[in-house]
Amino acid sequence: MGPVEKVVAAAEHLVKKPVWGCRMCGQCVLHSTGMTCPMTCPKTLRNGPCGGVREDGGCEVVPDMQCVWLKGYRRSVDLPLPRVWKAEFQHLRPPVDNTLRGTSSWINVATGRDRRTPVGWSDGSDGGH
Amino acid sequence: MSRLSTLLAAPGATVVTAELPTVDGGGLRLVHEMLDRLEPYVDAVNATDNAAAHAHASNVAIAIAIADYGLEPVLQISCRDKNRLALEADIVGAALHGVENVCCMTGDDVTAGDEPEARRVFDVDGPQAIRVAAAIAGGRYLSGRPITPAPALFLGAVENAAAPPLDYRVARAQTKADAGARFLQLQICYHPDRLEAFTAGAARSGLPRKAALLPTICLVRGARALRFMHEKVAGIDVPADTISRIESAPDQREAAYRLALEQAQHALTLPGVRGIHLTDFRHDDSVGRLVSDLGLVPSRSRSSTTTTKETHGHGSAVAV
Repeated sequence: MGPVEKVVAAAEHLVKKPVWGCRMCGQCVLHSTGMTCPMTCPKTLRNGPCGGVREDGGCEVVPDMQCVWLKGYRRSVDLPLPRVWKAEFQHLRPPVDNTLRGTSSWINVATGRDRRTPVGWSDGSDGGH
Repeated sequence: MSRLSTLLAAPGATVVTAELPTVDGGGLRLVHEMLDRLEPYVDAVNATDNAAAHAHASNVAIAIAIADYGLEPVLQISCRDKNRLALEADIVGAALHGVENVCCMTGDDVTAGDEPEARRVFDVDGPQAIRVAAAIAGGRYLSGRPITPAPALFLGAVENAAAPPLDYRVARAQTKADAGARFLQLQICYHPDRLEAFTAGAARSGLPRKAALLPTICLVRGARALRFMHEKVAGIDVPADTISRIESAPDQREAAYRLALEQAQHALTLPGVRGIHLTDFRHDDSVGRLVSDLGLVPSRSRSSTTTTKETHGHGSAVAV
């Protein structure tokens, strides 16, 4: 990271950490997950709640915490978010690109870097069938 | 071609899959003893992947043992313990031995097990794992590097119809079907109304056209096991009156069996349900009794040829 990238990453973290608990994955998907950061899920799941959500909506791993995805789902329904964002809740998000960790997703959005996925991921869209 | 995929493609066939109990010591002799007990009644057997976050003989080793025995293995893949490289290696390595059915799941957390201090991985999640397996079936690793010929795979996943958010579970199952899952082994559900709502919603969304639903039926010995599941297994809620009904029965063992039978009978009436998935904690003759009480004839008896070894075809992804 160059000095400019470092400054932007620091600024992004400054804004997103207090509001969303941002973990600087570098490929922000907040808009599609009901403005709820999936990296705050103890399993860092990117595609919805696991099967371990407790009867009271508590997290399997941290019972006192409400399931991050339960929260995200409710918010994606209830918050006045753009329709395209809401529709994206259901989209299959690719695995986290660990080489982007710590970088600014603002920059990665601008450059399109955050949309780059492995060839096998894009290829597998027909489910191999 | 996966025998499970052939069975599920045949209209009207009711499929029985079962979980192999976990294996630690005892060698293949013990695995064969376990399989001997299941073999007359089931169409496929799941090789679990460190079930309940406890280390056991590996999913791949067990799946190969099941295939070598002549039964149809289902390789469970959990995302908890391995990163994407290791998961891909397991799928491709097992396929080398003729293991074609792969059931992908996120997996319960390390804190559910007896080594809670372990690092949790979750490099990919359940739906992503299905897509990765689908890429392999299509002849590519996630990176895009070709696998020639592509292994023949038949993919599945799990879903919990009874865990919150209840109104999102069908959509989540749909995501998994879209990613490539052709069967869904549903978590044990002690709320018949929730299973009904899930299957009804699934039927409305067209899910059964893509993926066969196989609700889990759990064979337990009595109320203690139900209470254990309710208290210790996240995502499973057993209503208090269900537990007390079994607890107050003159013969708990029999009452627990009747409960499983009722659940299975109910499940098989629901739309999109193509069979059941059994988890047996009784280790008696209940699996045979259940299959018989349900009036099911296992496919292995149905088919005229009971060849135990098949040449496993390669070269194309299995389509259903």
